[in-house]
Amino acid sequence: MFSRTILSRQLLRPAFAAPAARTTFLTSIQARFLSDQTRQAIDKAVSSAPVVLFMKGTPETPQCGFSRASIQVLGMQGVDPAKFAAFNVLEDNELRQGIKEYSDWPTIPQLYIDKEFVGGCDIIVSMHQSGELAKLLEEKKVLAVESEGVAEEEAAKKE
Amino acid sequence: MAQSITEDSIRAALADRLKASHVEVQDMSGGCGQAFTSLIVSPEFVGKNSLKRHRLVNAALKDEIAQIHAWSAKCQTPEEYERERAATGGNDGPPLDGTAGGEVTGVSQ
Repeated sequence: MFSRTILSRQLLRPAFAAPAARTTFLTSIQARFLSDQTRQAIDKAVSSAPVVLFMKGTPETPQCGFSRASIQVLGMQGVDPAKFAAFNVLEDNELRQGIKEYSDWPTIPQLYIDKEFVGGCDIIVSMHQSGELAKLLEEKKVLAVESEGVAEEEAAKKE
Repeated sequence: MAQSITEDSIRAALADRLKASHVEVQDMSGGCGQAFTSLIVSPEFVGKNSLKRHRLVNAALKDEIAQIHAWSAKCQTPEEYERERAATGGNDGPPLDGTAGGEVTGVSQ
């Protein structure tokens, strides 16, 4: 009885944390160049959710200021946790190196929306400030359903 | 090849390789010379979106960025730069988002 309670507590993670728990998705072979295997694993990661962030640390505990700023922006924008996945590159050196080659982008974090590379922290922040990011996230329908307009639309569909 | 990277060397590289008309480079490493943020003004950015501009810079500084721990950039055309300077009273500069008071925190590249 007691142990079951503990188990269920462990399984109950905050919604935002759940995708980040997908950690052991690559073996730790130290490859210098992007192998087919790594590429396929990254392909899979990129398509694991509509919004995917490769970051240092987890959404709850970012290990770098740029990753922190990026996750804060996505939070402020109201990205639906169910449509979001984060991958911690610090837990997998092959991912950490491979994602740079995969995206042809030298730094982390890296944001993908609908499998398309959006950019790193500078781009995420500037798109947030200009309103472009809000527009893109809305177009891609990846925001948490909160606003009345969307809720009404959903309700209308059901009727 | 393993030449040390400085604000000056980055500035010179961008002026040379991207025909940048104005470059501001700021060390955000807190002294170790491993992290830089920059404002780059170049006519080569005209007609290119943000992602393409950053890719251009990343390509121009491929070796440099690979050697340092953090890199941040703001890419403007000369016209955008002038407009922003006029709008902000000359207050335009390298981005410091994600830093703590202009210094990088956390795990390196």
